[in-house]
Amino acid sequence: MIKFILNNKNIETSAPPGMTLLDFVRYHQHLTGTKVGCNEGDCGACTMLIGELKNNELQYSSLTSCLTPLGNVHGKHVVTIEGLNMEGLNPIQQAMYDESATQCGFCTPGFVVSLAGFCLSNKTATAQNAVAHIDGNICRCTGYKSIERAAGKVAQLMQTRHQEEPATFVAEQKILPHWFATIKQKLYALQTELNGQLHTTPATEWVGGGTDVYVQKHDVMQSADIRFLLHDERLKGITQKDNRCIIGASATVTELSESPVLQHYFPRLAEHIKLVSSTPIRNIATVGGNLINASPIGDLTIFLLALDATLVFSNGEQTHELPLRQLYKGYKTLDKQPEEHLESISFELPGVNTYFNFEKVSKRTNLDIASVNTAICLTMQGDIIQHVRISAGGVAPVPKLLDKTNAFLKGKLVTDPTIAEAIAIAQTEISPISDARGTDEYKRLLLSQLIKAHFITVAENAIRYLL
Amino acid sequence: MKNIDAYTHLRGESIYLDDIPLIQGTLFGAAFGSPIAHGAISELDTSEAAALPGVVRIFTYKDIPGENQIGGIVPDEPLLADHEVHFCGMPVAFVVADSVEAARTAVKKIKVTIDPFHVITDPREAQALGELIVPARTFQLGNTTEGWQQCTHIFEGRADTNGQEHLYIETQGAYAVPQEHNAIKIYSSTQGPTAVQRAACRVLGLPMHLVEVEVNRLGGGFGGKEDQANTWAALCALAAHHLKRPVKYSLHRMEDMAMTGKRHPYSADFKIGLNDALKIIAYEVTFYQNAGAAADLSPAVLERTLFHCTNSYFIPNVKATAYSCRTHLPPNTAFRGFGGPQGMFMIEAAITKAAETLGVEASTIQEKNLLQTGDEFPYGQKAQSEAPECWHKARAIYDLTAMRNKVESFNAANKWHKKGLACMPVCFGISFTKTLMNQARSLVHVYTDGSVGITTGAVEMGQGVNTKILQVAAQVFSIQPDKIKIHTTNTFKIANTSPSAASATADLNGKATLLACTAIANRLKKMVAEELNINAETITLKDEYVWVNGERTDRDWQSLVMAGHIKRIGLSEHAHYATPEIHFDATKEKGHPFAYHVYGTALVEVTVDCIRGTYTIDTVKVVHDFGTSMNTAVDLGQIEGGIVQGIGWMTMEEVVYDEKGKLRSNALSTYKVPDIYSVPKEIAVDFLQTPNDNLAVFKSKAVGEPPLMYGIGAYFALRNAVRAFNKNGQFPFSAPMTPEKVLMALYQIPTEGAVQTHEETIKYLAVDK
Repeated sequence: MIKFILNNKNIETSAPPGMTLLDFVRYHQHLTGTKVGCNEGDCGACTMLIGELKNNELQYSSLTSCLTPLGNVHGKHVVTIEGLNMEGLNPIQQAMYDESATQCGFCTPGFVVSLAGFCLSNKTATAQNAVAHIDGNICRCTGYKSIERAAGKVAQLMQTRHQEEPATFVAEQKILPHWFATIKQKLYALQTELNGQLHTTPATEWVGGGTDVYVQKHDVMQSADIRFLLHDERLKGITQKDNRCIIGASATVTELSESPVLQHYFPRLAEHIKLVSSTPIRNIATVGGNLINASPIGDLTIFLLALDATLVFSNGEQTHELPLRQLYKGYKTLDKQPEEHLESISFELPGVNTYFNFEKVSKRTNLDIASVNTAICLTMQGDIIQHVRISAGGVAPVPKLLDKTNAFLKGKLVTDPTIAEAIAIAQTEISPISDARGTDEYKRLLLSQLIKAHFITVAENAIRYLL
Repeated sequence: MKNIDAYTHLRGESIYLDDIPLIQGTLFGAAFGSPIAHGAISELDTSEAAALPGVVRIFTYKDIPGENQIGGIVPDEPLLADHEVHFCGMPVAFVVADSVEAARTAVKKIKVTIDPFHVITDPREAQALGELIVPARTFQLGNTTEGWQQCTHIFEGRADTNGQEHLYIETQGAYAVPQEHNAIKIYSSTQGPTAVQRAACRVLGLPMHLVEVEVNRLGGGFGGKEDQANTWAALCALAAHHLKRPVKYSLHRMEDMAMTGKRHPYSADFKIGLNDALKIIAYEVTFYQNAGAAADLSPAVLERTLFHCTNSYFIPNVKATAYSCRTHLPPNTAFRGFGGPQGMFMIEAAITKAAETLGVEASTIQEKNLLQTGDEFPYGQKAQSEAPECWHKARAIYDLTAMRNKVESFNAANKWHKKGLACMPVCFGISFTKTLMNQARSLVHVYTDGSVGITTGAVEMGQGVNTKILQVAAQVFSIQPDKIKIHTTNTFKIANTSPSAASATADLNGKATLLACTAIANRLKKMVAEELNINAETITLKDEYVWVNGERTDRDWQSLVMAGHIKRIGLSEHAHYATPEIHFDATKEKGHPFAYHVYGTALVEVTVDCIRGTYTIDTVKVVHDFGTSMNTAVDLGQIEGGIVQGIGWMTMEEVVYDEKGKLRSNALSTYKVPDIYSVPKEIAVDFLQTPNDNLAVFKSKAVGEPPLMYGIGAYFALRNAVRAFNKNGQFPFSAPMTPEKVLMALYQIPTEGAVQTHEETIKYLAVDK
């Protein structure tokens, strides 16, 4: 039995835990304000908000309900467009009304929900942050300018909030329905009642955020026996131990980007993460999922390859370690036993002379899968490269460390001819194919350019920090 | 006035097809599409699928009681494949089951054996093989052969534009409900309710008065639901007709993308000649339209390409030939602009080729050749031109010279980033080019409580047409908008409708509504005049009251209406409007096909990252000819949205088929439309109110399609930025300018070979030059 709060109503359902939240809300609860657009998390028409208690705080985040199994909202607060409606238009809706930010209206509930997610977040009340919350919503009619203007007005609504919990503030200010102020209490009650996690049976599928598995095999998931990992406390957390960073397999990309440890060691983290999918996907997509789905082009995989991450697998009884660079045996093939599951990822945090950069080019800069992505982790000793790891995705059946290139660069002075030679070596290590993301010829040129971009960017930023 | 649907949109209370509450006993459909683009079906095995739990019946062409045909212009498109398949995704069977999941599961268990035939994806290959949808058409003005003699500069080249997926966020769908007397009611997400009605009637062998099609609204259409909603409606109707149960099919996104056609890709060869003064003297162009496997609307799209082949320019000698080429892609169809954008891209490419070779700015040539009032289009109509007005105002208020200087100094100062600037004038004809389609009807009921209900043939899909129609009624009756309701579009209430398309819907249905409301208002005024024994012309309706000689009387709107009812005055009117003045003779390719033209000029500036090949669209600044805009909020939305959709077509939106005709860009993960971060940082729109009389409703010119073509400027701005980096590069005129094409162009090295290959291609095709 799955229990959660849907808007202001307690839900108890025996619907299969693998059913998507979207289907449940639209076709079982008959709340049709949430729309079906693409069924793969790429349009945002189905956006909902999830509220949960974290360290005694009520925190909300958006997600794509088309990829979210019911099991992942057990014990949570689910908010749909219907839950945001008040007498007349709420101030978010009014801002969009005033700016004529809706035309055909099909994407509109998703935008309203995402903007409500901004109001319920702890983010500073800037137009830029409001826009960031709708980065996963596609509109085919308006051209977005009116929506941008509305987002600016929504940001203004939040400017008088200081220390209050957002849910309390928006209820008091009548930005959202008054009952938002009661949700915290209701969630406590629900959690006490649940007293623990969803009952787990022998599972055939292990699901984190569902952002890949629900795209790949949507139809079989509804009736599958699933172990839900997204909220498993044993798999959460991003911590520093000595000079290593340890990331739980179920840490989400958003948690990664908000981690004080990572922000400290990767000053340009926000820039990098902005290139990775969209807010509602980052809120549920896990680091472990990105590694285990074995896409040759996973952004975090490329990140972590350059950082030479180590993985800890467990079969329930024993654990064993494996360097990430040894995980991929071939296209979507992993060097791991079926009963083994990823528990955590760790890597050495960069020292003072180590520079990190991430590059990604796709047809659309944001909310897209890369044509080619690559990361570099470069340790300098004066002008000499003491050590370097360049990883690259989209250029081989597996995400790759460019071993020969890296070996060549070690001990070299950074000069244009050296970089040119490194690029030539890199070309011998890769085997891109032509597909919807580009021709092989393009991917080869692009990787060369992105390697140049690494060195240019690292040099620019090194200077910036010195200044 | 805001869009009248905004309130329910924002609350998630607007009803789209998939939101209609289900009738008990509803079944769910899913189509099985051909896995192969071209071949003969040797065996279709549905036995395993039919045996699955929940599956009710699987329909094939054998179950069609009427004609297995849904082709609108040319009868060349079966609803369900019989012996051959002509494109990947062509419906072969239709599964009906008691749940969506069961229907989709069953589709996967259908097995078909197809003996493959040769697959054509290239329109030039199709043309060479004589695979044409309709005979080629040629528009001519003056005499190009003589024109060339007067030219100092002659340039030839080739240009290509790719398709574009509509990506309405609401997928296609239909819901058919059997009625008594063998009738059927179809809820459809369609721009053309009558087209759906005709298709269903043809397939079921029913007369039109038994098939009711109802449309509440669409979650986007953009042309994709003008003709291609028919398939799903006809399939649901077929199943409902047989099973006597309601049948619904709301397509999965991947089904929609794989099975429906898109904007037509075009390839063209052009030849342009200029004199010393850079006046364009002659222009020849041959268009190869990639129509896909069936005609659909391709012949009409082709025609509009020809109508707009000279864009905003007057060229005294023109010869434009167009081939509609049959390939094995899903039938391509209407998409905002309807062939016009492709025609305009080619002339812009020709001008740019001339400018690049001569070392002048393209804008210099553009400006010298703008249409003037009285100039003749290649199809014989004389222009009432606002083109110079738009151009010069844009130059002035946005200071084109300063923009250009800034771009040049930026480029001089930056090694790895380059800016590009382009001007894009647009001239777009308003009317269906098929004259008979320019008619509409409106049914207006005034109820005794003073409320008003209106039904027209217009379909609301976000363009705000219902808002404009409501404004018409509110103005004629001079009553508050909340007294008026625009009802669903329904073929039993308004018959024989034209689709909501060609930017003309508000004009046609708005004018019909104007006639209907005026007729009712006049009857009521006449009644008052007779009562008071005064001249009816002294009576006006204003602010919900009856006014006599400019003085408000005590009689308000509601009591006026009630009095009319008591006096047995007709409070309902069904009015018919047909656009006057227009005609076109296709045997001569001459006439006056358009009620009027819409003009505008856009300045587009971009920045290219020359390391990565990525780019940003910095600004789009527009002066647009609105006539006299009746709703600036709605019209601004159309401009901004059109620009971004046009930029999408020219930049990131890339429809990719493999050589076997299978769609590779088959989901939102592989087909990218603009998101909020990729749109221009700035869009400035100046409302040029042009005072000249026109045939638009309240002189408010149509605004749906024209702004899309401003997006073409993004292609040429990107090209200019790339050329600022790679000064000697020679690269093809090939849209979209994806980051891939940009990067390849930035680092392209000129070779003789590339040019030769191109010439060989032209010779090989024996194109008449």
